[in-house]
Amino acid sequence: MDIPYTVTARPDTGLWNAKVGIWLFLASEVMLFGGLFSAYVFLRLDASPGDWPHGLLNVPVGTMNTAILIASSVTVVLAWASLKMRKFARYKFYMAITILCGIIFLAVKLAYEWPEKFHHFGVHIKTEALEKYEPYLGNKHLLAKGHEPRNKITGHLHNPAAMRDPNIHEFEIALDQVNADPTNPDSDRPHFWPVHATDKIAHVDKKDVKFAGMFLPNFNTYFATYFTITGLHGLHVLGGVLVFIYLWLPVGANLYKRNPEHLANRVEVAGLFWHFVDLVWIFVFPLFYLL
Amino acid sequence: MNETHEPVGTEIAAVTTDGHAAHEHAAHDVSKHIRAYLMVGLTLIVFTAITVALSYIDFGSQKANIAVAMLVATFKAGLVAAIFMHLSNEKRMIYRILIFTAFFVLGLFFLTYLAWYDPIVR
Repeated sequence: MDIPYTVTARPDTGLWNAKVGIWLFLASEVMLFGGLFSAYVFLRLDASPGDWPHGLLNVPVGTMNTAILIASSVTVVLAWASLKMRKFARYKFYMAITILCGIIFLAVKLAYEWPEKFHHFGVHIKTEALEKYEPYLGNKHLLAKGHEPRNKITGHLHNPAAMRDPNIHEFEIALDQVNADPTNPDSDRPHFWPVHATDKIAHVDKKDVKFAGMFLPNFNTYFATYFTITGLHGLHVLGGVLVFIYLWLPVGANLYKRNPEHLANRVEVAGLFWHFVDLVWIFVFPLFYLL
Repeated sequence: MNETHEPVGTEIAAVTTDGHAAHEHAAHDVSKHIRAYLMVGLTLIVFTAITVALSYIDFGSQKANIAVAMLVATFKAGLVAAIFMHLSNEKRMIYRILIFTAFFVLGLFFLTYLAWYDPIVR
């Protein structure tokens, strides 16, 4: 049985069916991401001073990934245009670049950005102990300048056994620049280039710590929203790449031989989804990496 | 059934003779757009760099910086929607779907706003 209106438009709407279908789906996607973004707004507005961290993500890498995603949005629309002009070899070429861009984006996220966070350690200092760790926090300096206070000490954990072993009473941390030299005005605002951990060591008593852990979703609200939204976005990138691979395989060539317009429509619909994923990232990038 | 099955060999004929409503994008039309797609891609990358640069400028408060970044992001999103997603020239049905979507998503954000101004807590 043939499904009607996969290629020609329905007379009443002027649209072929899949186009209506994908837009209805994207409408539901807007609600899905809209829900998460409104949760982000709520949680961020409700964060107490100093509890919403800045400059923890790698901005150059994020910028590069943004450019890669934009480039793939261009190539997917060029792939569609090539089909419209009946240039199949060119379609295959642009589609291959699109797939490659999607894979690079995911690889950077999963093999570099996320694992880097999984190995970064931090402690929330209890309010009553903040004074004791003032040399690492520099709150008097921040207060004088009207900046938000710090209540966390972060860096590389030298004794990971301290996380589990109740007989170890302190964390030995190779400090991040911001805690190694907290009164340096250079540390007041986030940097473009990531600043690596120093070799200055701090010993933090476990009883002064409210929470200790790696930069995982449970570390703070910021990382909870970051991993949720970039994780869901990453799943969308993966879904798009899988569909593109399917359309790139011989299935696409066979459909092209039967009816090139049908393949062009499929690519257009998959492309609409891809542009939406790009559009979400346009908001994710500044909200999590820059602000 | 009522689809036009053109064999690959007659693609040029298919484009020139098939001028009815089903083919909204004739080939010569599409080729004219390619330059626009490339320019939009370039603009988006330039504005990504601008977003990054602006985030290191202090606009007076964190709120102002967020507003500036969201303004640039909205402009970029508008370009993607209008040009890449062809919303600048789409059928009425799609616009109707999107009006509903905009209404409900704004309602969703308004609920968050209401929760923020909860009189019981504050």
